[in-house]
Amino acid sequence: MTAAPAIELRGIDKRFGSVHAVRGVSLVIEKGAITGIVGENGAGKSTLMSILYGLYRTDGGEILVEGESAPMDSPRDAIARGIGMVHQHFMLVDTFTVLENLVLGAEGGPLLAGGLAAARAELLRLSREYGLTVDPDARVADLSVGEQQRVEILKVLFRGARILILDEPSAVLTPQETDQLFRILATLKERGVSVVLITHKLREIMAATDCVYVMRQGQVVAERRTADTNPEELAELMVGRKVRLELDKAAPQRGEVRLEVEHLSLVDFRGVRLLDDIDLQLRAGEIVGIAGVSGNGQTELLQVLAGIRAPTSGRFTVCGRTVDAAHAIDPGEMRDLGLAHVPEDRHRQGMVAAFRASETSILGYHDEPPFSHNYILSNPVVGAHCAKLMEQFDVRPRLPGLLSGNFSGGNQQKLVLAREMARKPKVLLVGQPTRGVDIGAIEFIHRELVKSRDAGCAVLVVSVELDEILSLADRILVMFAGRIVGEVEQGLADERTLGLMMTGAKAA
Amino acid sequence: MDEAFSFVFLMVAATLRVATPLVLCAMGGLFSEKSGIIDVGLEGKMLMAAFFGAATASVSGSAWVGVAAAIVAAEALALLHGFACITWRGNQVVSGVAINIIAAGLTVVLGNAWFARGGQTPALVGDQRLMSLFFPTAGDNAIVYLALLSVPATWWIIERTRFGLRLRAVGEMPLAVDAAGISVTWLRYRAVLLCGLLAGLAGAYLSVAQGAGFGRDMTAGQGFIALAAIIFGKWRPFPAFGACLMFGLLDAIAIRLQGVKVSGIGEVPVQLILALPYLLTMFLLAGFIGRAVAPKAAGIPYEKER
Repeated sequence: MTAAPAIELRGIDKRFGSVHAVRGVSLVIEKGAITGIVGENGAGKSTLMSILYGLYRTDGGEILVEGESAPMDSPRDAIARGIGMVHQHFMLVDTFTVLENLVLGAEGGPLLAGGLAAARAELLRLSREYGLTVDPDARVADLSVGEQQRVEILKVLFRGARILILDEPSAVLTPQETDQLFRILATLKERGVSVVLITHKLREIMAATDCVYVMRQGQVVAERRTADTNPEELAELMVGRKVRLELDKAAPQRGEVRLEVEHLSLVDFRGVRLLDDIDLQLRAGEIVGIAGVSGNGQTELLQVLAGIRAPTSGRFTVCGRTVDAAHAIDPGEMRDLGLAHVPEDRHRQGMVAAFRASETSILGYHDEPPFSHNYILSNPVVGAHCAKLMEQFDVRPRLPGLLSGNFSGGNQQKLVLAREMARKPKVLLVGQPTRGVDIGAIEFIHRELVKSRDAGCAVLVVSVELDEILSLADRILVMFAGRIVGEVEQGLADERTLGLMMTGAKAA
Repeated sequence: MDEAFSFVFLMVAATLRVATPLVLCAMGGLFSEKSGIIDVGLEGKMLMAAFFGAATASVSGSAWVGVAAAIVAAEALALLHGFACITWRGNQVVSGVAINIIAAGLTVVLGNAWFARGGQTPALVGDQRLMSLFFPTAGDNAIVYLALLSVPATWWIIERTRFGLRLRAVGEMPLAVDAAGISVTWLRYRAVLLCGLLAGLAGAYLSVAQGAGFGRDMTAGQGFIALAAIIFGKWRPFPAFGACLMFGLLDAIAIRLQGVKVSGIGEVPVQLILALPYLLTMFLLAGFIGRAVAPKAAGIPYEKER
């Protein structure tokens, strides 16, 4: 009998109301290894880890830490058992320094002075031991996302954790930062720390883990040694059917220029330059992808091009109509010109969660015939229209009367996409086409975008997922700090060069 | 020379007299808001405290018993606010407004029922009232000194103690506090109770120290001025204290200017002078203090599914 595993879960069960999120999951996390848990959004990975960390209470089953039964009623119990968690959304106080964040909850006494001094010494030791360098006195808000994540890891180690859970750690990182993270994890493993990596990115599972559990619909459906498996098998296990990871598409048949952007700039009310002298051209029959780390102006670029915000200077021309600071336009006029927009944040801009699916399916087109006559909506027509879109875009369940918020992320996105593509737009702007969308739906959405390109639509895709940009786009632009810092044709691009451009380190 | 000194002395004393309840309220509000609980009900807590302070002092014959009763009354409303906003995750502004309405109504109804003087309490005399400690003309009673002490104390607690660190954290990012295994609820309750303590003292000051008895609506919006002072001070104790002093000084000047003829204008209308602090509040809040950054989680109930 070898030593007990770091963690053993036996028959863990969790329901949220009528949703059975985790169904009798049993798994083992070995000591001093990196264990991956992979699954689609909503497969129950994060819920399972939140149970392990004491954030949710389990409805059934047992947790064993180092062979001992360990009920987890609050994060305090988990911390006491040596479990630490790095959440997908960082649990850091922006206005605090690194040191203050480190000691929060482990101050070492009612007065801060002593605890902070001791923490500073410990931080330096941990930095040296694990190669995690960070300035103890920097304000967290001033740190890069990668550095903030390092602070999170340090926080966990500071509390003496021997088991580290990371929930989708790469979601906000550039490829370089991700590589760096994996090097850190390898160091942790060498020092005997057990690591659990939760992700939906198969590439990361293959690159970083020793073994992997696949979850689907709240259950563990497979366990594999990483060395004995491959991405295709894992994808199939995740989705439950064969999935094509590669996107088939022919070379683009480029037509006339549909969207021309010249010297476009946007300055906000505080005087911050959000967009800086943007030039780009989008032709019929091509997909142009905009890559970049979130927050480098992509959101604002989409807003300006969709007519939501007016540019401060410069101009752009859509299907013959020129827009600049003096000649603003609103999104309705944009739609009339033949421009459709799938917003990045579908919950806030793409749909109304409290509306029925049929209402979401005509938002923005609601005062046009055949949906409305003399200001009165025709519910039968709207319902039939929605049913048709649901059929075409495989939205499930096929219930036009269901509230939009009750659909899964992927089905919401398909519904929004269906709405915007229904009018056969000349220009299609798509922000984060597959954010919060599962693999099966990603495949579908990508095919639809390529189909509409082949039908002659000019498509502009903004995404923070490099894989997505690389497989979809015919031409890739990279944004950094409000500027376009590079342009690469598909086929000539790889993750490494794009990643460098995304950090502003290299221009093409 | 002597006259100039006495003028300055009297102006400083007048400023401090007026600023004392503002300072106490502002420090109380700071604790609450730093923890993420907006407190529009400072006014109501102070009013309720003023009433119960004066009523108890008058019945018991002891000013300090009155002060204690004032604090208990303010704490009761503070707990109500906490119960509504922390335990039941209600809207903090609505709860605060409700507290103000309750206080305005209840003090008058109870006052009429108990003392039958149109909402007033009997005038306090002798030991029923806190008197000046060192300078008979200055009105420097014990609560004035407590108010002055409350500023460095608030700063020290917020900046230098474990409680303060957690308080600041829970107002910015309650999720981080929860994930660190600290109770968000208990932290916020403690902040709200500290706020009640200080607002209670402020109320007692109005009716048992500065004044000699309770009069209906005697707080006259000072709770809101204290809120404004917190914003001017950008949620920091010393700058907020400075803002309170500025309001106090304006008030002192306004009292001085009453009936004074200014060459070219004539007599300054009393109404305008009395409106000055409020006008200044509007003026400054409209953007003359730069960007005031409130605690990020202020006003947002903390919810999690279990």
